[in-house]
Amino acid sequence: MNTVTLTVKNTPELFLECENVNPDAFAGKKAADIAKLGAFQGKEITTLGDYFTIAGEAGATAADTKIVINGDCTKMKYIGAKMNAGEVIVNSTCDMYTGSWMSGGKLLVKGNVHSFCGLAMKGGEFTIEGNAGNYLGAAYRGDWRGMSGGVLRVKGNAGSDVGTFMIGGEMIIEGDVDIHLGTHMEGGRIIVKGNANRRVGGQVVKGEIYIFGKINVMMPGYKQVGEVSLDVDGTKAKFAEYIGDIGERHPKRKGETVYGKLYMKQ
Amino acid sequence: MSEFIIKNGHVFDPVQGIKGDKKDIAVKDGKIIESVSSGARVINAAGKTVMAGALEIHAHVAGPKVNAGRWYRPEDKHFDSHKKPGMTRIEGGKSIPTVFKTGYEYARMGFTFAMEAAMPPLYARHVHEEIHDTPIIDEAALPVFGNNWFILEYLKNHEVENTAAYIAWVLRQTKGYGIKCVNPGGTEAWAWGLNCLTIHDPVPYFEITPAEIIKGLIEANEYLGLPHSMHLHQNDLGNPGNYKTTIDSLKLAEGMTAKNNFGREQVLHSTHIQFHSYGGTNWGDFESKAKEVMDYVNKQKNLTIDTGNVTLDETTTMTADGPFEHHLHGLNHLKWFNVDVELETAAGIVPFIYDPSNAVFCSQWAVGLEIPLYAKDPMRCFITTDHPNAGPFTRYPRVYSWLMSKKVRDELLNGFKKAAKVIGATTLANIDREITLYELAAMTRAGPAKALGLMKDYGGLKAGMNADIAIYNINPDKFPSTGPEIEKAFANVAYLFKDGKICVEEGKVMDMGHKKTFWVDAKVKENKQVAHDVKEKFLRYYSINENNYSVPESYAPHQHIIAVDATQ
Amino acid sequence: MPKDVTDVICPFCGTLCDDLIVTVSDDNKTILGVKNACAIGAEKFNHQRLPGRVQRPRMRQADGSYKEITYDEAIDWTANLLVKSRKTLMYGWASTSCQAMSIGHEIAEKVGGIVDNCATVCHGSSLIAIEDVGVPSCTLGEVKNRADRVIFWGCNPAHAHPRHMSRYSIFPRGFFTVKGHKGRKIYCVDCRYTDTAKCADEFIQVQQGYDYELLNAFRTAVRGEALPDFVGGVPKEKIQAMADDLKSARFGIIFFGMGLTHTMGRNHNIDIAINLTRDMNDHTKFAIMAMRGHWNVTGSGQVLGWQYGFPYAVDLSRRDQARHQTGETTSVDLLNRNEVEACFYIATDPGAHFPVDAMISSSRKPTVTVDPHINCTTEISDIHIPVAMVGVEVGGCAYRMDNVPIETRKVVDPPEGMLTDEELLTKINTRVDELLAKGGA
Repeated sequence: MNTVTLTVKNTPELFLECENVNPDAFAGKKAADIAKLGAFQGKEITTLGDYFTIAGEAGATAADTKIVINGDCTKMKYIGAKMNAGEVIVNSTCDMYTGSWMSGGKLLVKGNVHSFCGLAMKGGEFTIEGNAGNYLGAAYRGDWRGMSGGVLRVKGNAGSDVGTFMIGGEMIIEGDVDIHLGTHMEGGRIIVKGNANRRVGGQVVKGEIYIFGKINVMMPGYKQVGEVSLDVDGTKAKFAEYIGDIGERHPKRKGETVYGKLYMKQ
Repeated sequence: MSEFIIKNGHVFDPVQGIKGDKKDIAVKDGKIIESVSSGARVINAAGKTVMAGALEIHAHVAGPKVNAGRWYRPEDKHFDSHKKPGMTRIEGGKSIPTVFKTGYEYARMGFTFAMEAAMPPLYARHVHEEIHDTPIIDEAALPVFGNNWFILEYLKNHEVENTAAYIAWVLRQTKGYGIKCVNPGGTEAWAWGLNCLTIHDPVPYFEITPAEIIKGLIEANEYLGLPHSMHLHQNDLGNPGNYKTTIDSLKLAEGMTAKNNFGREQVLHSTHIQFHSYGGTNWGDFESKAKEVMDYVNKQKNLTIDTGNVTLDETTTMTADGPFEHHLHGLNHLKWFNVDVELETAAGIVPFIYDPSNAVFCSQWAVGLEIPLYAKDPMRCFITTDHPNAGPFTRYPRVYSWLMSKKVRDELLNGFKKAAKVIGATTLANIDREITLYELAAMTRAGPAKALGLMKDYGGLKAGMNADIAIYNINPDKFPSTGPEIEKAFANVAYLFKDGKICVEEGKVMDMGHKKTFWVDAKVKENKQVAHDVKEKFLRYYSINENNYSVPESYAPHQHIIAVDATQ
Repeated sequence: MPKDVTDVICPFCGTLCDDLIVTVSDDNKTILGVKNACAIGAEKFNHQRLPGRVQRPRMRQADGSYKEITYDEAIDWTANLLVKSRKTLMYGWASTSCQAMSIGHEIAEKVGGIVDNCATVCHGSSLIAIEDVGVPSCTLGEVKNRADRVIFWGCNPAHAHPRHMSRYSIFPRGFFTVKGHKGRKIYCVDCRYTDTAKCADEFIQVQQGYDYELLNAFRTAVRGEALPDFVGGVPKEKIQAMADDLKSARFGIIFFGMGLTHTMGRNHNIDIAINLTRDMNDHTKFAIMAMRGHWNVTGSGQVLGWQYGFPYAVDLSRRDQARHQTGETTSVDLLNRNEVEACFYIATDPGAHFPVDAMISSSRKPTVTVDPHINCTTEISDIHIPVAMVGVEVGGCAYRMDNVPIETRKVVDPPEGMLTDEELLTKINTRVDELLAKGGA
């Protein structure tokens, strides 16, 4: 695997759209070619070379390409968005749409990410060492197809609207989450190792949510059906099992109604 | 430059019976003429196909529900919004393109006219605002009448003259083109959450049946002598076993003859008949009844139809058939939009994915192809996708490729995951017919023009007709053999002339043309009853004043008004 | 002789009452009286003749004072600003006509603007909810003619839409509602006992911030499932009784306002209210409608819809694509994050409506404000361009809260030489073309 190292040399004044910073766009290119790829601030069309010092060259394919980004990326959007393969490591905080629509490969952000990251993620591994903003792993506006595959892990906290319209894959938040977790979920699983504020699992059709800490206010549409012992992301414990959202429609399988599941660590 | 000579093209024109002969077409000042001066610009059409501009007879391209479908589906254009180089604006949307994209894409495919298929009269101003902003193509809109309280009350007592006078009033107020009837009675029933699934189900409160509405509207249409016939979206759309209701509805036109000065012969246009040609009792034993329906249509010369071809895409369904959209939402659970319009109609919207791994959707696809392939008279059967219901209109080139090449459609059919089931439920596999370029010209040009009452000026290439001309990169002697090649040729005209001006060249928009809004001004005898009823209904039941109901002139700056006189 | 102009459309709120009668002087210059309008609507007309109305563009000077400049100077300054700025917020549009918006969008597409309207601080959350789950709705006449259950949830039309209750929702007699008010059962759900609540047969007091939970409880009750004893402070018996009563309706309607759109969860509150409405349609007929506030804000969403496919917050800054993301391309977010470098405000007053931080950010950027009157925003702008009042001094299309468009009427002439929005924008558009042709950007 070849490594391309980007080092920020100019911080954008507005926000920079970096949709070309991903292994698919870099594949098969040398540093000079990568420097010519577009980067956008509003209507101003510049190049990656205007903002980054670029070293190394990409592999022949995305899968053979690793990108390491150093310097301050706080004002950069779309890093790793739509990536299909390869690896990206960002040694900084990033802005919106980081890792959104990614379908494969590995993306590691060593700082925080802003909102709308991991939107409609389809596959691969996306790890955020800091905190994540709102709409992590949610669907794009209007779409009923949110995160559908892959593993999204946040080591810190995440904001509100996490996992909206999730239909598959796995999301682990090691810290706390704000309101509206897993709203409209129809598949997949969300594990929160800290506390969840309110409105957990509203309008859920199917899917699983695990909360290790507390929920401030429980949704009226959930009812406890039992207690189970589970191994969740390496933690063995007893969990109270709830079904819900009772107010939402639910499919039937073999005559049985399929509900969303909420597990609260005891 | 106002003079052109299109030289050596293979001309297909059912109006003159020209079947691909090499012929020159002369154009001057927006018209096709016999010959031009030596200074005319020469367009070399050698090895190309020349047809009149195509006419879309039924699509949802402008108005409140179309626009709701646009804006409530940001996901439909999140990755599909772009600007092409040149004079065009940003083009967005897959299943429901923006007005700009709508105009450009029709023009790029060789269309010069589109009929908005359902205009709620109360929202007519909205429809015309969008038509105004849609570039290049001429447009018209059909107001909906099948659930209108005036109509229900008049026709309950079979008052055809009052019905006609009211329709004439609405056409003038809304700058409308003709009479659209969607799920007669069923949409009014939907205001109470109900429906009319056969033509004999009574409409709640109004004590009238869909059959009486259909018959009455046909009679009113012929009383007025409108250019187009009554345009019907039948009851019980989209359900297994509905072909019986379809044929029952068509039978209502038996014995009626067209009375008009436009050369129109049909009294009833039955739209998107694909959705109405289903047998079986449920989605498990669902089967095609296209043959049965088309056998009837072929016999009855006073009928025209359009197809409503399923294109197997993710799309957005939208119709004034409110109860149907509610039903559909119950099947796929995708976001449901509904609006009930006071005294007049309703509309619903639900996104829909015609997934090619599903046997029912593939069977619907097959039914849509069987219909034109069973049609004996291409002048009475028109290709549509009921845009965007069965698929976006931008898929016409693909639909043509399936109709014109057995090889192309059989490859798809045999490749379906549930091929055996689809082949068993339909008859498409046994059909060898391939639609010819000449038949296609009838189904997309001459036929719809005649059915719309526009045959004098549109749909053909005869001298004196409007110079709306599409030239395709298709050599009939070497007709492309693969699907993608056929698609490419029909999706990007070599040239599109609109009103004698080149608006598209090699798929690139060159000129916004002189877009016109067509509407029909029907003169009727003074009718005090109707005038009184209008006043009364606005005072008591409408939420806006009568004086704020009409479409101002400024909304249609370039009008093409077709006058009819029904005072005699 | 003074004369009456009839069927006049009120230029104030989204109810778009179209039965006003305005008396104007013989010379078409002065409004002498307004009939049928509510107090707020009448006041809009009164503004037309306020003394001291600004009649020519004003430019702010270094000392903070304003100097009168010509329209041509203002147009040139504005066009230069738009051409130069890499990313411009073009916000407002709710008090102008659809025809003017269309020209504004053409400019935005050329200069890389982000077009946003008042929904961004109002019913934008309703629009997100509709994007997510659709909406079963109807026109206001349907309510008048059919509704026998009317729910006002987190809205107060008695103050915000004063004639709504008499024209459409509580009192009118319609075709199937011959008993008027007596034939309807009115519910009001709010955290406060409002003046609208006083008109209701039943008032349900929800604890602030518990609308989502309460709506979830209604959905659960409609499905006949058990409820906790209290939800949002409302006892389960009351929830169950109301759910049962709504199921027995012939035609029900929920009207909602800022109590849902701007409390915790925002779009989710509307989303779940829409889903309750959807569920009710399995039992009877039910509709739901946003109480759109600012006059033609609905029209802005419509025009943006047919031109770009998004209802607000339309980002054209790249000039080759349209994008939309509430939270990113919305005005307050753009200002708070300093994502734009210039502001063009038209036909609304963000200075009065936006959060303070956003306006502090705005005040540091070059700003043009187009508005008939002096307002909070004009005072932090570099240029204020006065224009004729739409719906009073010039007509144009506006959309009612139920998306019904009405062509509004001109009742008097604007002051001599004053441009309309359409005329002004056309001139700016022409100037932008000239600058771009010279290679301005």
